[in-house]
Amino acid sequence: MPTILRPQTFPPYLYRMLQSLLFALLLVAAFGLFIWQVRKIRANILVGRERDMSGRAAERFRKTLLVAFGQQKMFKRMTPALLHLVVYVGFLVINIEVIEIVIDGLFGNIFGFHRSLKFLGPVYDVLMATNEVLAALVIVAVAAFWWRRNSNPPLKRFTGPELRMWPKLDANIILYIEVALMLALFFMNTADLKLHAMRGEDLPGTFPVSNLLVGLLPSSEGTLHVLERLGWWIHITGILLFLNYLPSSKHFHIIMAFPNVWYSRLVPQGQFSNVESITNEVKAMMDPSFVVPPAPTAPDGSALAPTPFGAKDVDDLPWTNLLNAYSCTECGRCTSVCPANLTGKLLSPRKIIMDTRDRMEEKYNSPLIFRPNVYGAEAKHEPVTDLMEATLLRGKVTPEELWACTTCNACVESCPVNINPLESIIEMRRFLVLEESAAPNSLNVMFSNIENNGAPWAFSPSDRFNWADDLFAAEKPATTVA
Amino acid sequence: MTPEAPAKKQITVPVMADLAARNESPEILFWVGCAGAFDDRYKRVTRAFVRILDHVGTKYAVLGLEESCTGDPAKRAGNEFLFQMQAMTNITTLNGYGIKKIVTACPHCFNTIKNEYPALGGDYEVIHHSTYLQQLINEGKVGVTGGESFKGRRITFHDSCYLGRANNIYEAPREVLAALDADLVEMKRSRANGLCCGAGGAQMWKEPEPGKKDINIERTEEALATLSGKADALANLGGVETETAAPGAHDLQGSIIAVGCPFCMTMMSDGVKNKEQEANVQVFDLAELVASAEGINA
Repeated sequence: MPTILRPQTFPPYLYRMLQSLLFALLLVAAFGLFIWQVRKIRANILVGRERDMSGRAAERFRKTLLVAFGQQKMFKRMTPALLHLVVYVGFLVINIEVIEIVIDGLFGNIFGFHRSLKFLGPVYDVLMATNEVLAALVIVAVAAFWWRRNSNPPLKRFTGPELRMWPKLDANIILYIEVALMLALFFMNTADLKLHAMRGEDLPGTFPVSNLLVGLLPSSEGTLHVLERLGWWIHITGILLFLNYLPSSKHFHIIMAFPNVWYSRLVPQGQFSNVESITNEVKAMMDPSFVVPPAPTAPDGSALAPTPFGAKDVDDLPWTNLLNAYSCTECGRCTSVCPANLTGKLLSPRKIIMDTRDRMEEKYNSPLIFRPNVYGAEAKHEPVTDLMEATLLRGKVTPEELWACTTCNACVESCPVNINPLESIIEMRRFLVLEESAAPNSLNVMFSNIENNGAPWAFSPSDRFNWADDLFAAEKPATTVA
Repeated sequence: MTPEAPAKKQITVPVMADLAARNESPEILFWVGCAGAFDDRYKRVTRAFVRILDHVGTKYAVLGLEESCTGDPAKRAGNEFLFQMQAMTNITTLNGYGIKKIVTACPHCFNTIKNEYPALGGDYEVIHHSTYLQQLINEGKVGVTGGESFKGRRITFHDSCYLGRANNIYEAPREVLAALDADLVEMKRSRANGLCCGAGGAQMWKEPEPGKKDINIERTEEALATLSGKADALANLGGVETETAAPGAHDLQGSIIAVGCPFCMTMMSDGVKNKEQEANVQVFDLAELVASAEGINA
């Protein structure tokens, strides 16, 4: 340890102990804070309605492997898929180095070792080299991502009323942090390389990128040591800060994508949920002998307030739809394929998912940094003054948006992490129709036609079979199987 | 009747109640659907499909006056109560006759009966007519010969959301069309990337919300650009990221937009009229094309 860093009055072992202690405290604080935030978000998700998603584990495992780990659905669009793959693999591989940093930070100082994974030998060489190449590629990919978002004009799906103010800033903050982390990594490695070279020692590992950068650093052992330490601390502190930024950010998808895909629906996309309470009512109407099951009661046995049909607010949605909201990285693939949005209607599936997250954090817990996704002055909806009045439906999502949906499932199909905006739309339509009788008039006409004529049009049911009148076919012998 | 006109026979469509009275049961129940029963354009599809059923000698039946709306539009519009009323009424009818297998020419009826009726007590094998027609062709029961030739005519298939994305049926309709030996071209937005015609989710019964254009116009423009294959027409379809190869230039005259859904039929036909191309481009259902090619129309 060079003298420059060591306060003369401090015994060296005390100084090293202090560094380890500081690092241990930082680590505990960062993970503690992160867990605290995650618990808040978990509580938000669990305000949603009960839905049994247990079972079919093998199928879920396979789907998670393909869609989440394997990024299967990303590869519908090649360019972003490859760019994203670089950052994703970089994230996974560089995290192996984080393990080394943590071991070094906790024990390396005390016991005087450095780069604790070097015992891996040739594997360590490969690991370090891969890291460096990936880190360089990550910088390139992030630059491309930045360009796609910030050039003039940006990619269409990075625009839209829901992508101004905080969501736009958030997207860029993520990119800046990622570049800063990669640069810190190079700083650390380059300084370390040069330091070892000047001492005539061999640094374990292979560093193809840092090797090229050695010439850029000054040739003073003391300065190099400071730079190496600085890179090391910035890299790990940055990672821990980033970890605690995630719950406030769309970048939380790097964690939530996995549970979200695991708990995604396994039924055909065209199958909408049946409302069980309505089934009981209809059965009771049609069959007088049908016994309606007793309504669920609170744990203390008292009667629960009846739940509304459909969803007015976040607590009326199934918990999986709330999980969806935390898995969304606001990429806009859903909105870019939405036929309503493409033709200029107000509906944007992404906005509905973002609104859901906003509303949860408005009404319940918000994460550490600030309430994310508040659009600010430019936003379409006014800042919330009355928390109970500003429900998801009408407070954020307007009926006009909901009625523009063709239920075509393009948004569901396009989402790389299996978010289902359509389910939320239908739940809110149910509330509009069944609780408020607020369907557009033409749809009310359609409903009464079905009730009265058994068809959505105003035709007489007695004409239903008229199509078969005077039906002729040309005589032709049936084709026989050859 | 001119001497060379082929002999024609009248088809009496078998009704389930009559079969049940005779203690007979059909091999399949043909679920006609409201559009198939009431919509003038789609009635022609229903009739074409019945000609095929009759031609291949399948033992089929329809519910006739006992059929009622599946409840699909009510459900998509949020009226779950009305949907379940309709569903349970229909299930009572179907179960009463012991129906096992249902074929329908409407993807909405298909999706609802196949996916949403089981939880309410209605378990049937449900197939869409595209799959059924594909089977008939594969089995050699329909040769798609002896009638109108589609050789060299340009056809593009418009995927219906409730057949495609909703139920992953993309190949059956294409295989049916492939049997016609026509010049089949794909729109940029096809299969899982298909663009809705604009009628799903009960939009069929309401005016669209304010916007730049109607969805069926957007889709028809894509279909026409694909059928004509002109570079400038195709270039207007910005923002679509698929690997579908662009078709070469082709005269629009005689081109066909093929559909497999009554609402797509309405929307695409309206779109073609709006673009004043009805003299050049026709919209046909798969069953109509097969019946024409088989030469069984009268």
